[in-house]
Amino acid sequence: MNPATTVLDPKTSPTFPMAARATLEDTQLRKNVRHATEVIQNKRARVVGEMPDWQQLRESGRQIRQHTMDNLDFYLEEFERNCTRAGGQVHWARDGEEAKRIVTALVKASGSSEVIKIKSMTTEEIHLNLTLEAAGIRAYETDLAELIIQLGNDQPSHIVVPALHKNRQQIREIFQREMNLPELGEKPQDLADAARKFLREKFLRVKTAVSGANYLIAETGGVCIVESEGNGRMCLTLPDTLITIAGIDKVLPRFEDLEVMLQLLPRSATGERMNPYNSIWTGVREGDGPKNFHVVLMDNARTEVLADSEGRQTLNCIRCGACQNACPVYRQTGGHAYGSVYAGPIGAILTPQLQQLHHAQTLPYASSLCGACYEVCPVKINIPEVLIHLRNKVVQQKGPLNPEALAMKTAGAIFRSESRFRAAQRLGRFAETPLIRRDGNGDGWIGWLPGLLGGWTQVRDLKEMPKETFREWWEKRGSRGN
Amino acid sequence: MATEVNGGIDSSVARTEVLRRIRAANGRPVEGANVAEQWSGIQREYQRSATRSREEILDLLEDRLHDYDANVVRTDESGIAATVAKLLTERGRRKIVIPPGLNPAWLPEGFDFVVDEGAPSAELDGFEGVMTASTSAIAITGSVILQNVPGQGRRAISLIPDYHLCFVRVEDVVETVPEAIAGLKERSILPTTFFAGPSATADIEMTRIKGVHGPRFLDIILVG
Repeated sequence: MNPATTVLDPKTSPTFPMAARATLEDTQLRKNVRHATEVIQNKRARVVGEMPDWQQLRESGRQIRQHTMDNLDFYLEEFERNCTRAGGQVHWARDGEEAKRIVTALVKASGSSEVIKIKSMTTEEIHLNLTLEAAGIRAYETDLAELIIQLGNDQPSHIVVPALHKNRQQIREIFQREMNLPELGEKPQDLADAARKFLREKFLRVKTAVSGANYLIAETGGVCIVESEGNGRMCLTLPDTLITIAGIDKVLPRFEDLEVMLQLLPRSATGERMNPYNSIWTGVREGDGPKNFHVVLMDNARTEVLADSEGRQTLNCIRCGACQNACPVYRQTGGHAYGSVYAGPIGAILTPQLQQLHHAQTLPYASSLCGACYEVCPVKINIPEVLIHLRNKVVQQKGPLNPEALAMKTAGAIFRSESRFRAAQRLGRFAETPLIRRDGNGDGWIGWLPGLLGGWTQVRDLKEMPKETFREWWEKRGSRGN
Repeated sequence: MATEVNGGIDSSVARTEVLRRIRAANGRPVEGANVAEQWSGIQREYQRSATRSREEILDLLEDRLHDYDANVVRTDESGIAATVAKLLTERGRRKIVIPPGLNPAWLPEGFDFVVDEGAPSAELDGFEGVMTASTSAIAITGSVILQNVPGQGRRAISLIPDYHLCFVRVEDVVETVPEAIAGLKERSILPTTFFAGPSATADIEMTRIKGVHGPRFLDIILVG
């Protein structure tokens, strides 16, 4: 798969096993992903370890998010009321297409044919930039990682550090080519300086900005964005028009709840005690920041997730990416294999649900269910539980006659009867004979199984069945116990 | 579908539909009074007040700020102007923008202090630095908080110049995040910025690089 020519759209992406096979062959990518995830994981572990009340914060975070989802309509209306009172304009979108139409119309109404953008996974989810481009609007990504992705004609592979699959030499090549800087060095400092120069002119000139949101504060109508570089502050402060697009799940009941979220998010996301910059603003403030402020509240199948009593905890996600860094699958494949801007464990449960299981059905299987994601999740989303729930839904969706369901039904019949079970064991020992290869120690291994069973031997060898079962041995040993 | 009304957008149909879907998913109507009661029932057993002594808190803040490559100087009220003069001289910065309402007694002679009058961004780019007071600071995270009030000013002035000299009063330093949020509650709708050290990124191989778009150089004067 060449990421340069595709967008990460679950509707058109190859299945996870197919895409993963390709990315696993890219040793440079694997090296980059392994390095980056290891660094963040270690940083996270250090700053989480210094918080004696971390588990209490997680529990409060979980309860706040659950309470929000239980009362989502109430808090969205409260946010709308307070934001409007403070001079903001709130728009609603049922799906991504509608959200894109609204944003495009708002940009046009602002009189600008260019926008500066803060990194926003929500806009990545709906591929906003393509729509803007088609409408003749040039979008400049201003987050360093998003800039690397945009200039490299690439796709994000991580929620928080979307360019973590690129190393400094690769980034230098992109900047040399796209910024026309043949002499550019490869020190991270050189690269950051180049981005500063490249973007400053745009910050000072472009009059319209598009952002996502970390939190929409219902109680005050305020919006909170956390970031590192200051590009967010530039976009939020300097333009005349600011358009914030947010999933309906981003609402937070009260200002006070920030005391929990602003502790959980930075430590989980980047391993920092606090983000270098947090911005909170409410509507429009005379003489400080944009004169026109719009918020687009987007559903895009979030209410479908909400309607599933077991899957709805997925919406509690605060997009920290800790589960991605901790996941042994993600750490091998990187993010692109997931065929969605939401990769890793959270992507494996969020993407199929946002697609209402019409697409991305292989993602719930992209996990060994080891539970590392659950352990690091700052709001205690039980990702393995949701993965199993979704696997069940995928199987059910295929109907009662699909091979997996039939195989399980057969296995159930065999396990219910001792004689059938014994017969199956004998049959198995007989049937495996032609498939066994002996290793140097005389142990037998099976490297290939036919049909559906081949899923197991695709990635590992199976040991031959023992010559006799425990029961056979027990019966043979007789009454003297030898 | 969103329709154009007077150059604006009418999304009332979408609004009704999204709210209907949420109510259908949650399966019950929500009563305001119940929501408030439920919210109060959220368990909050995390640390919400200080556990350290005042001196330990100040040391911790200094430590955290150093961690982020900020320079920290402590002085009392009477020493402010002299400390400012020393820092600006060391940094080689003369032309400094200041917000309205900054205490004039803090401004030493021999520098070009210009009070912000809402100049366009490009003009702010011409300043060598900015000097502001602050609302509060959080020791445990090394964060300083600015709001749009006299002495701190609008957000753009503490963003565009490449150097920020910021005053933090020791009485405004708290230990924990919850204490800081509680302190902001009354004025929570003011434009508010938290910063922890100079601008930074870790987007290239997870190496923390100082200075991308915000001020690359930061001095903190801890007063009191």
